[in-house]
Amino acid sequence: MTVIVGLEIHCQLDTATKLFCGCSTDYRDDPPNSHVCPVCLGLPGSLPKVNKKAVEYALKVAKALNCEVPEESEFSRKNYFYPDLDKGYQITQYDKPLAVCGYLDIEGDEGEKRVRITRVHMEEDPGRLVHKGGADRPKYTLVDYNRAGIPLIEIVTEPDLRSPKEARRFLNKLRATLEYLGVFDSEKEGSLRVDANISLAGSERVEVKNITSYKGVEKALTFEVTRQKNAIRRGQKIVRETRHFVEARGVTTSSRSKEMEQDYRYFPEPDLRPLRVRDWAEEIEIPELPDSRKQRFIDDYGLSPTHAATLTGDWQIAEFYDSLPADLKVSTATATWVADTLLGELNYRDMSIRGVPLDHFKELLIIRQSGDITEKAAVEVLRSLLDQIRESGTCELPRQCIGRLGLFAIAATEEGADDPVTAAAREAIAENPQAVADFGTGKKEALNFLVGQVMRKTRGCAKPGDVNRVLTRLLSGDE
Amino acid sequence: MPGRTISFHPDDRYAAFLRTIPEAPCGDGRLAAVPVAVKDNISTAGIETTCASRILEGYVPPYDATVVERLKKAGAAIVGKTNMDEFGMGTTTENSAFWPTKNPVDPSRVPGGSSGGSAAAVAAGLVPLALGTDTGGSIRCPAAFCGIVGLKPTYGRVSRYGLIAYANSLEQIGPMARTVADVNLLMEVIAGHDPRDSTSRDCPYHHAPDPEIRGVRIGVPEEFFGEGVDPRVASVVWDAISLLERKGAEVITCRMPSMAYALAAYYVTCTSEASSNLARFDGVRYGPPADTKKPWHEAFQERRREGFGEEVRRRIMLGTFALSSGYYGKYYAKAQAARNNVRADFERLFREVDVLAGPTMPTVAFRFGEKSDPLSMYLSDILTVPANLAGVPAISVPCGKVEGLPVGLQVMGRWMEDERVVDVAYAFEQGGSA
Repeated sequence: MTVIVGLEIHCQLDTATKLFCGCSTDYRDDPPNSHVCPVCLGLPGSLPKVNKKAVEYALKVAKALNCEVPEESEFSRKNYFYPDLDKGYQITQYDKPLAVCGYLDIEGDEGEKRVRITRVHMEEDPGRLVHKGGADRPKYTLVDYNRAGIPLIEIVTEPDLRSPKEARRFLNKLRATLEYLGVFDSEKEGSLRVDANISLAGSERVEVKNITSYKGVEKALTFEVTRQKNAIRRGQKIVRETRHFVEARGVTTSSRSKEMEQDYRYFPEPDLRPLRVRDWAEEIEIPELPDSRKQRFIDDYGLSPTHAATLTGDWQIAEFYDSLPADLKVSTATATWVADTLLGELNYRDMSIRGVPLDHFKELLIIRQSGDITEKAAVEVLRSLLDQIRESGTCELPRQCIGRLGLFAIAATEEGADDPVTAAAREAIAENPQAVADFGTGKKEALNFLVGQVMRKTRGCAKPGDVNRVLTRLLSGDE
Repeated sequence: MPGRTISFHPDDRYAAFLRTIPEAPCGDGRLAAVPVAVKDNISTAGIETTCASRILEGYVPPYDATVVERLKKAGAAIVGKTNMDEFGMGTTTENSAFWPTKNPVDPSRVPGGSSGGSAAAVAAGLVPLALGTDTGGSIRCPAAFCGIVGLKPTYGRVSRYGLIAYANSLEQIGPMARTVADVNLLMEVIAGHDPRDSTSRDCPYHHAPDPEIRGVRIGVPEEFFGEGVDPRVASVVWDAISLLERKGAEVITCRMPSMAYALAAYYVTCTSEASSNLARFDGVRYGPPADTKKPWHEAFQERRREGFGEEVRRRIMLGTFALSSGYYGKYYAKAQAARNNVRADFERLFREVDVLAGPTMPTVAFRFGEKSDPLSMYLSDILTVPANLAGVPAISVPCGKVEGLPVGLQVMGRWMEDERVVDVAYAFEQGGSA
């Protein structure tokens, strides 16, 4: 059964001030209702004034998503009653959105795929309700308007996605694009909200609301696919409905609260004049986006498409990679190290590239490249540094860490009888007569075994090439 | 240094004020120590502002409307907040949730509305200047009924920041006074661009009224003397227009066919906008609080049912209906088309004439309770709403009396030509008294 998915994504634009007033958007660690003014509180008589920066950001998004920008765009009022909505209406866009008919290319389930964008529009975030005394049966509810008026863009896709995994890939690509544009901060709590429409071919569609994370999208949709398939298998009909995603339990639940179809009574916002956006959009320049950066990494650094995709899939990582010394960037080993080792270790710890002192890792890469530590030791140092950051938020300098752990590479001298590698090799030969005998009969694996023993004795600090050379020399009786 | 104040203890026998400021702060400037009354839908920091509605009782704005800031900067003393029809919805000031205001000319009659308190305060001599607001005639109607001068400026000429919205796309704050010169002075103080109001235009108002009327082409639309206009009122107004003609104006009769739909377009537009504007009054943030023990939707509905008066509830319901899906095209969208026709009519006429003139109101001031059914009340706005629909300036100047009750001459001008309507009114005022 074909799965058909379309997404509606709300992202907070990372402007310094709100969409219609001068209040700061940096409210997250501050007391409730401390970032408010007559405008974002919707006090009687106050009037909205459009934040040009927010429009500029939204137009950047429209351009990056290859949208058509009409001559004129207009704000409308969406009317409904809710305590977090201080004016009794939300200023949003309805029949004259900022941009329409775009697309974003992603890595689909069956190769490159073009996902069509229906529209991009701007709107204000409502306030936030805080339920006190238990989530299920709250004693009372408080309202915090700090969030009211934060600029949002809503991005609506056509139903072009064919699996939960594709939906997630789309979101990842979208996030990367927005971060490349510098208009979005995915790390901020609540900066992304997704509603997903999903249907199985031939059945009614279901809207899943309240998805607030990238992983959540895949989880919610996977649950829905299973639920809908099972229902159809049992001979039940899928009803058109709105469901809520309960992130903690990984399930969607039917929202029965809908007593009647909401009529939002949209009409043009009389307090704002239409925006002339086409000329504006033409003047706006957008930076290099993930796709062209990926191509540049392939062309200029000689990276494999897979590495290039990974390294450009996140703006911070791409910036990090670009900041490395030229001779490092062109090495497959560096690409592997960043794309697999660094990202793998971060992922394992559920850490983000942000808040990590990238200069330290650059330094570590340079040390590793110079041969002062072995690959194995470099990984150990990386792990130690990441653990420190996770514990305390900071970490030692890489050289300090290497020194403390005693992980500087041990060099073997050409003729040397007394260097630690040769000493360890002698020990290994003495302790493993069977392996030595096997080597004598031509068993190659015996040498590998002995190399492993030496590596263990030197705690991975010996260079594999040295070990091989010394062992071969000792075993062939050159001495 | 303690600021200067003026004492204000008026004999408010016509109930023009909802509240007064006995010791009102004032300063230096063009209006130094001049007492000014402010309609109660204009936000005044630290002074309760209710729009004459129960639902806003106790609401004290934390900020001044731009016009109030400008008054204070000019040294004026804000001496009180004047009564009005609740949220500006009415033509008589009888729809105040608190009390009706009486017409100082004849206390058995209404002062007109919705800026009835401001008009009565000026007419009774309690203040020389007052601010009103005009959504569909709310400055000009009470000016005409009380025998004073009132100007509805061009839309965008005076900042709406701080004006508690009834119908955003139609309304303007404007000056009310006993003479055209005083209206002109107050206009100079309050007009001008305000970056906080996106619909405000950068077109300052600095003007010395000029009584020279020679060569001015005055258009007189037949529709302004049509059915429903009291013949005695029509006759007084014609006399006034003839006076202007004798003084050298050229009078040209013309037609304004869009008038047929103007009133419908107006009421659909203003009720639609009002239904949205008034949604914020849900008992969460101001006014008497909603019952927090009840579920949200019950609590806010109850608060709104109790807090709004009958006329306000009626207009909210009309507007909600006009905007609902399935009816939007039939009502709101149609109203905007009709509104464009009105604009087009004005533009066409203003290619041939400089101003349009006619009566402000079809009748003289009503007796209390005379207009008991809403529709006949709405019909009395027919001559004032076209200027709001088109956003053009319009002034009402006293031009005579019918059985002792004042009649207003209305002069409408081109977009942003507020100066010219002031001049024509000034010419009449000077000529009439000469």
